[in-house]
Amino acid sequence: MAGRADALPAPGHGERQGIDTALVGMLLFIASEIMFFAGLFGAYFNIRAEHTVWPPQGFQLDLGLAAVLTVILVSSSFTMQYAVSCIRKGDRTGMVRAMTVTVILGVIFLCGQLYDYYSLGFGISSGVYGTLFFTMTGFHGAHVLGGVIGMSVVLLRGINGQFSARHHTAVEAVSIYWHFVDVVWIGLFSTLYLLR
Amino acid sequence: MATTVLAPGATRTYRRSVLYEWLTTTDHKKIGILYLTNSFLFFLLAGLLALVIRSELAVPGLQFVNSSTYNQLFTMHGTTMIFLVLMPFLAGLGNYAVPLQIGAADMAFPRINALSFWMLPLGGILMFSGFFFGGAAAEGWTSYSPLAQAKYSGSGTDLWIVALLLIGTSSILGSINFLATIFKLRAPGMTLLRMPVFVWTVMVTSLLILLATPVFTSGVFMLYIDRNFGGAFFDPASGGNPILWQNLFWFFGHPEVYILILPAMGVISEVIPVFSRKPIFGYKAFIFATLLIGGLGFSVWAHHMFTTGAVYLPFFSLTTSLIGVPTGIKFFNWIATMWRGKISFATPMLFAVGFLSTFLVGGLDGAILASPPVDFALHDTYWIVAHIHFVFFGGTMFGVFAAAYYWFPKMFGARLDEGLGKIHFVLMLIGTWVTFFPMHLLGLEGMPRRIADYSPAAGWTDLNTVETIGSFIIAISVLPFMWNVFVTLRGPRDAGDDPWDGYTLEWATTSPPPPYNFDHLPPIRSERPLFDLKYGHGARRALPSASVATTQEGAS
Repeated sequence: MAGRADALPAPGHGERQGIDTALVGMLLFIASEIMFFAGLFGAYFNIRAEHTVWPPQGFQLDLGLAAVLTVILVSSSFTMQYAVSCIRKGDRTGMVRAMTVTVILGVIFLCGQLYDYYSLGFGISSGVYGTLFFTMTGFHGAHVLGGVIGMSVVLLRGINGQFSARHHTAVEAVSIYWHFVDVVWIGLFSTLYLLR
Repeated sequence: MATTVLAPGATRTYRRSVLYEWLTTTDHKKIGILYLTNSFLFFLLAGLLALVIRSELAVPGLQFVNSSTYNQLFTMHGTTMIFLVLMPFLAGLGNYAVPLQIGAADMAFPRINALSFWMLPLGGILMFSGFFFGGAAAEGWTSYSPLAQAKYSGSGTDLWIVALLLIGTSSILGSINFLATIFKLRAPGMTLLRMPVFVWTVMVTSLLILLATPVFTSGVFMLYIDRNFGGAFFDPASGGNPILWQNLFWFFGHPEVYILILPAMGVISEVIPVFSRKPIFGYKAFIFATLLIGGLGFSVWAHHMFTTGAVYLPFFSLTTSLIGVPTGIKFFNWIATMWRGKISFATPMLFAVGFLSTFLVGGLDGAILASPPVDFALHDTYWIVAHIHFVFFGGTMFGVFAAAYYWFPKMFGARLDEGLGKIHFVLMLIGTWVTFFPMHLLGLEGMPRRIADYSPAAGWTDLNTVETIGSFIIAISVLPFMWNVFVTLRGPRDAGDDPWDGYTLEWATTSPPPPYNFDHLPPIRSERPLFDLKYGHGARRALPSASVATTQEGAS
């Protein structure tokens, strides 16, 4: 019954227009991640609103270390974006170099956070402030770790000669994710260290 | 009818065992069938739990289980029905139908699709393993603190948490997959406002899952930290707040209600036009109403918390009243579609019409609760149990069975037997009303929910006995369905490509469809491309054609 003359070729094999499907997937995933952190921030402000003294007695944060880590993570977003602009122009070597720097900055951030955890005078079980602090920064740290692993995969693929000016969806995707992780940290730093 | 030859290269030259094929498949149709099968098994399991619950409540006194086991039973019944039965049933239907209805070859991320599915049986096994480790979770599916804190509950609750983290992740990945598929893989000509209503409902549901489930995930993580790492999120003694859990839970939990009903509404909106031989009435109004439900769904969660005294009643009362409006619009859509239609009461249509009756009652039950004074009186009574079961069983499950009878010929190439289907429907409808309607009366009389026993002096015995009889009628109603599936699959696969004379693209390909779904597609100028092809674009009625009559004769 379907007349062949006006029948369309079935889709699923040809090239597609517009934004890459995998990038759409990454953006949607980040939307869900935003809501996950929204839950954590919501918990923080809900509990914060019920306390007159905040942070409660005996909780001292290391603002200096956190500021240094903030600078490191924010700079890594710039090196990441440089890596993306390199591969967009087809410069794989430049991409690999910039991505290496980004991975190193991410690892430094993680080490700094571990040092911070080690040297702080309170833990996750010492009252609700400790629980909030370690849960929020901990989940962010886990996302940084995920980003470092993702970037390392992209880096190894780049070293092995993959990616070109036309085909580099993975680089774009991991860069979006890394910027997201960076923005969450800016939110966390402002909330935990600056707003108080 | 529309015939489609296999896509070139679709015939394989190598053979694998059928088991290996099903365990490793990334084909959306097979994954859809896996979802449906898995959900049905958990449906039987949760149904058994419900039968024990109803048997215990049939008469006063503790006959079968003690109150501690009873708590585990209703907790596991609720959690299983919502997370392992209704959600995956709808995800399975979406998996099967959405790529076909938009003319795509598969989902956007087939391997992530397989991952989403396989997390479900794993999560289910973890959750049920609680029964062997000192008792399953027993705090109700809402798992409020302080009851859910480590002091008061055992490892079953930890397993419950881990299972829900897995199932939640599965839903989130599934929703990303649906959205990417719908945004990117539509056939040429299939604009957003030409998508079938079912695809629209799956899209809005996916948006709700995407934005609501992660908040729940963060909440259960907090509960896990409280229980296992000495956290204090929900512990007021250390500065936490138990109401915080309720906010996080219901911020997800209320959109969840719409997650569970929207695709079932979508199914109904596919079935009613086809069996009324008319296009759906008010397509755009329906889409608008669906979007409105999705949007308002995020602003009503605190109506579950009216009695906490911690929420602003007028706001949430207003939004809750508002959200009844789009659902009312949909009832006009459905009824006006049937109005002056040439209605045939095949089994899918029976379940669709059954949905209208039971879901209407369930919806009105909820609308009444939007008024805080009424809610204060009925909070935590059997009225709530009546409401949730009329909406989810009378609504979603009827939609699921309508879909099962409607798409079965597409999935397996054979139509389910009409006689057995009608027995199934009649028993299930009677069972639903007999079981759940008396719960309204018990609620008004003040019977609290989640109790294992009640006093003979309370005067609740007769209604409870009636409910228990009803629950066994529901259980019996499932038997003809299972027998029907069994005999139909053993019989000839002669349903043909388009046994219902359908309107949407899935009926343009073979039954079952080839791995890549379509070789060629008809032109797409509306949400019903096949209807246009058969009766002309813009036709207002589907007149029976000779070819259709032959196909239906051949099938029945």
